[in-house]
Amino acid sequence: MEFIDTYVIPGAIIVAQILALVVPLLVAVAYLTYFERKVIGAIQLRKGPNVVGPFGLFQPFADALKLLSKETILPAGANKIIFLLAPMLTFVLSLIAWAVIPFDEGMVIADINVGVLYLFAISSLGVYGVIMSGWASNSKYAFLGALRSAAQMVSYEVSIGFVIITVLLCVGSLNLTDIVEAQKTVWFAIPLLPMFVVFFISALAETNRAPFDLPEGESELVAGYFVEYSSMSFALFFLGEYANMILMSGITCVLFLGGWLPPFDIAPFNWVPGPIWFILKISLVLFVFLWVRATFPRYRYDQLMRLGWKIFLPLSLFWVVVTAGVLVAFDWVP
Amino acid sequence: MALQALVFYLFAFVAVASGVMVVTSRNPVHSVLFLILAFFNAAGLFVLMGAEFLAMILVVVYVGAVAVLFLFVVMMLDINFVELRQGFARYLPVGALIGLVLLAELVLIAGVWTFAPDVTASAAAPIPEGVTNTEALGQVIYTQYVLAFQAAGMVLLVAMIGAIVLTLRHRPDVKRQSIDKQNLRRPEDVVEIVKVTRGGGV
Repeated sequence: MEFIDTYVIPGAIIVAQILALVVPLLVAVAYLTYFERKVIGAIQLRKGPNVVGPFGLFQPFADALKLLSKETILPAGANKIIFLLAPMLTFVLSLIAWAVIPFDEGMVIADINVGVLYLFAISSLGVYGVIMSGWASNSKYAFLGALRSAAQMVSYEVSIGFVIITVLLCVGSLNLTDIVEAQKTVWFAIPLLPMFVVFFISALAETNRAPFDLPEGESELVAGYFVEYSSMSFALFFLGEYANMILMSGITCVLFLGGWLPPFDIAPFNWVPGPIWFILKISLVLFVFLWVRATFPRYRYDQLMRLGWKIFLPLSLFWVVVTAGVLVAFDWVP
Repeated sequence: MALQALVFYLFAFVAVASGVMVVTSRNPVHSVLFLILAFFNAAGLFVLMGAEFLAMILVVVYVGAVAVLFLFVVMMLDINFVELRQGFARYLPVGALIGLVLLAELVLIAGVWTFAPDVTASAAAPIPEGVTNTEALGQVIYTQYVLAFQAAGMVLLVAMIGAIVLTLRHRPDVKRQSIDKQNLRRPEDVVEIVKVTRGGGV
């Protein structure tokens, strides 16, 4: 009896919480692909998917079924275990980071003290899926794509780290719930506007999205690191990439856009429950992701590295010093 | 507690097993990947001890940065497996000696507890109630030992500058891009619009 009370019931609750998060997340990933095609279609004066189901709403499921029914191909020269491990790693890493994201006060699976560091650690691991797939494919294109991607992700992580430090200086805690609570008076996007911009652009580079989608540069590398993948293993990379986009938008909302807080704490706004605000904000950031993709041409590779190391790194370092100085000078240190 | 012990043995077993695999696997890339697995399990052990900050930093620094560079270098190497195994017998005595020295040191560390039981008092103590990991570490590093910390930072900075000085050389025969020049180019300076007369050419 004691065994059931101490292990079985808490275990079952955790599994139920995880399912309640992961299933909607996967549906959201499916509809993000639909949203992307519709938004880019609208920007390019096309209709986007409109054949499968009303307004093309069943298109993501049709795509998923198509991918499932294809043949999984293992290249003859590939390192089989690592080749199959890489897409799984990418997918799992894009899901486990959600454990610490708070949707409302107390609505979080693991409310740990070092939440921000956990997110930073998980996002710095994303590069392994890319490197492993590129190396294990035993193909020139995949390898070059993986090398590019690894260099890119490592470079932009440094400035993301400094941006996170400025936010932490203003909060005085590494807990994500505390970070959102600290934005009750003003969202950090306003006092830390330059850091917000740096973070958003670094998030684009970190998720390998346009205009920084050089690892996938189809005109030169076919499709980059996942060129040898097919069927479900390809689908896992795809799901991982889109889940990472949603995750980075979620982190942007928590760090800068006040998480679940309403924009103004007055009557019509605070009737809306917190999770709805959070999801609306994530959707807004995701829209900007897609808007950027439809608007800007791809960066040249040396420009990309220059932007990361010679512009963002000094800028974010400067702002860490300025923020710390201002906080100490006005005695605002939390 | 039973669950904690179970998780401890899981992490510890995987850490040791992957450590063994790092040395024994034939492919260097596999070695680096096993090394990453070992780091991960070490981070898990830190979490079990309540050192959550150290666990996260271990993953960020070692797995997220150092091991990526390792992997980068190892993947780029053109490895000849036959050549790799030839030196084995030659280097075996040196390797065995280093292993023995490390083993002796480990035995000494454990042995000190029996020779001088009062040393255990100065060993790692759990952090006091109500102070988070991060705060406790900050107190130690930035308040108590701030000078030593600054000195360590200076040493690292000097080492980094030294490495750059040793490897940086400007080769005059290599063509480089001047980004400022590229940004300062205006269409008026480089594009000329010509009205071409029919049959006349430019």
